[in-house]
Amino acid sequence: MNAVESVTGSSSDGSPYVRIENVTKRFGEFVAVDNVSLDIERKEFFALLGASGCGKSTLLRMLAGLEKPTEGRILIDGQDMTNVPPYERPVNMMFQSYALFPHMSVEDNIAFGLKQDRMPVAEINKRVEEMLELVQLGQFGKRKPHQLSGGQRQRVALARSLAKHPKLLLLDEPLAALDKKLREQTQFELMNIQDETGITFIVVTHDQEEAMVLSTRIAVMNQGVIQQIGSPNEVYEYPSSRYVADFLGSVNLFEGEVASINQGIEIRLPQADLHLVANNRDNVTIGQNVAVAIRPEKISVSIDKPNELTNQCQGKVDEIAYQGSLSVYQVKLADGRMVKVSSPNQVRTAKRTIDWDDSVWLSWDTDACVVLID
Amino acid sequence: MKSMPFRITGRTLAVAAPYVWLLIFFLAPFAIVLKLSFAEPLIAQPPYSAVFEWAGGLLPNFTGSLDNYQFLLTDDLYINAYLNSIKIAMVSTILCLLIGYPMAYGIARAPGAWRNALLMLVILPFWTSFLIRVYAWIGILKNNGILNNVLLGLGIIDEPLQLLHNNFSVYIGIVYSYLPFMILPLYANLARMDDSLLESAADLGCRPWQAFTRVTLPLSIPGIIAGSMLVFIPVVGEFVIPELLGGPDTLMIGKVLWNEFFQNRDWPVASSVAIAMLVLLVIPIVIFQHFQNKDSESNP
Ligand SMILES: Nc1ncnc2c1ncn2[C@@H]1O[C@H](COP(=O)(O)OP(=O)(O)OP(=O)(O)O)[C@@H](O)[C@H]1O
Ligand SMILES: [Mg+2]
Repeated sequence: MNAVESVTGSSSDGSPYVRIENVTKRFGEFVAVDNVSLDIERKEFFALLGASGCGKSTLLRMLAGLEKPTEGRILIDGQDMTNVPPYERPVNMMFQSYALFPHMSVEDNIAFGLKQDRMPVAEINKRVEEMLELVQLGQFGKRKPHQLSGGQRQRVALARSLAKHPKLLLLDEPLAALDKKLREQTQFELMNIQDETGITFIVVTHDQEEAMVLSTRIAVMNQGVIQQIGSPNEVYEYPSSRYVADFLGSVNLFEGEVASINQGIEIRLPQADLHLVANNRDNVTIGQNVAVAIRPEKISVSIDKPNELTNQCQGKVDEIAYQGSLSVYQVKLADGRMVKVSSPNQVRTAKRTIDWDDSVWLSWDTDACVVLID
Repeated sequence: MKSMPFRITGRTLAVAAPYVWLLIFFLAPFAIVLKLSFAEPLIAQPPYSAVFEWAGGLLPNFTGSLDNYQFLLTDDLYINAYLNSIKIAMVSTILCLLIGYPMAYGIARAPGAWRNALLMLVILPFWTSFLIRVYAWIGILKNNGILNNVLLGLGIIDEPLQLLHNNFSVYIGIVYSYLPFMILPLYANLARMDDSLLESAADLGCRPWQAFTRVTLPLSIPGIIAGSMLVFIPVVGEFVIPELLGGPDTLMIGKVLWNEFFQNRDWPVASSVAIAMLVLLVIPIVIFQHFQNKDSESNP
């Protein structure tokens, strides 16, 4: 269950497709990527997630061979890539800056790598057409990049990197400039391509929702260090650190001290007569300072005092944000602490059962509390 | 109060200034030379006949002729001089391109601190008079000059080579003098190029030289055209270099022009030579501008 295991790379069938071994990248004194070790299996859809400047692009560029690791090494398909130049790697990359060739039409951009491989012209044309279809740019094939919108350029860059059907595809924020609908369609297409071709994907994204939807595993990076690796579910439900809990989705974090360990861990919050009870976990001792993370959707809100759940407290509704499919409540506890709660809007009535300034009860299961040591 | 129909504002002045400049310093001299080219030479002061005669009407009568232009076509000295000038200009442009491109490329790829120093070296010769620099080549190339002495001293040759006063020395002088005009626009173009384009070419399977021919070279065509025009156009009319470094058989239109003006004192023929040369140069300029416009359309 604990996601930390997979950091060391437990793979089912022997050698991983991509192995990153203790890779460090320094630019002068600055450490952009700090001792990263990571295994990626064949046909995985791996997402790299992290704040701006945390070293995601640098890691991809090292995989593509555009940047040399200062320390450590990278193996692809068991082969040491240290001295293999970019043009000999079985890898294609989509650049964050797109890097489209300004003197070539969209078609020629997409065909660039195919022509380099001396693919027969008929096949090139067919592949280019497929790619244009895929990114929905059918009628734009003859245009030059400067005649396209930002999102269209991004799609050309995506098509160009996909065209050669590489064994390993590195996508640096492939869908960032697309609108929601087109993004969802393209995500769907990417998953289809992967099913059909068995390409291994490594995708950098800022968008955690996208990472959740697309990927088989997610790595969360912070300042050059990988904080956690796991399936979307693991990383979301069982974050290993405050950073990861906070980075993925929204979360309520409570700092407190472990009061007792019996059937569950009891955590006392200072300056509030509030006790949280979480499920047992390892490496926790009485008196230790810990944080408890609770997702807003795991908390239920009610006017009447609930009776069955262990964790409950009272507060006053400070704000309600209507978000279509759900409502997000900001509830102020007695000590002034704000708790975020989200609940689905099941009935379509204008009349709200819970309103501003209502006094409400919040309750949640012990299972909803994640105890964080880091 | 009457309102002024036309007011001279700062804006109209700013717009008018370049036109006034062109009118005074380009169009007026051009008109004078054009007029001269229709006149006949006289042994008088000034040494040419009048082209317009006042006959009392509203407009003066045109009494000039196209004889001078006809003369240019009949004497093959002029045609040969034109053709030879163009040949020399073309060969020099190609030589400048072959030497200048690698230099511009090297400077554009050099690390930041080096780049300015190298550019400085390209510009440095401009701080010495052009004439003195061309004279210096005489000292290097003449029979008992530096180059021959070094070669003799090393025992590579037994007697001095004839390096001066032939086409070889003219090419040396031209390529030496005009190389910066090739390097600078090429450098400006190559330095602007986005490194990530080469990275993505490499990523898509190009070896470095393939990335050069498929990406760098096509993207530097505007720089190549600009540099070539900056070399080709002035070299066609070049006078100083063939005069100082060339031999008796070095026939260039600039030299012919000089001879007509100052030795034969035939101003009308000299003017027609100048006008013909201008027309000859206008064509490449128009081509150049055409390409420039196309370039600015495709790379806004
Ligand atoms: N060539 C370089 N020289 C110096 N520092 C660099 C260089 N390339 C990247 N860096 C630094 O390394 C860090 C990581 O950069 P990187 O591009 O990998 O970030 P990123 O995670 O992709 O960010 P973003 O999400 O904004 O794209 C940044 O702080 C950046 O300033
Ligand atoms: Mg990046």
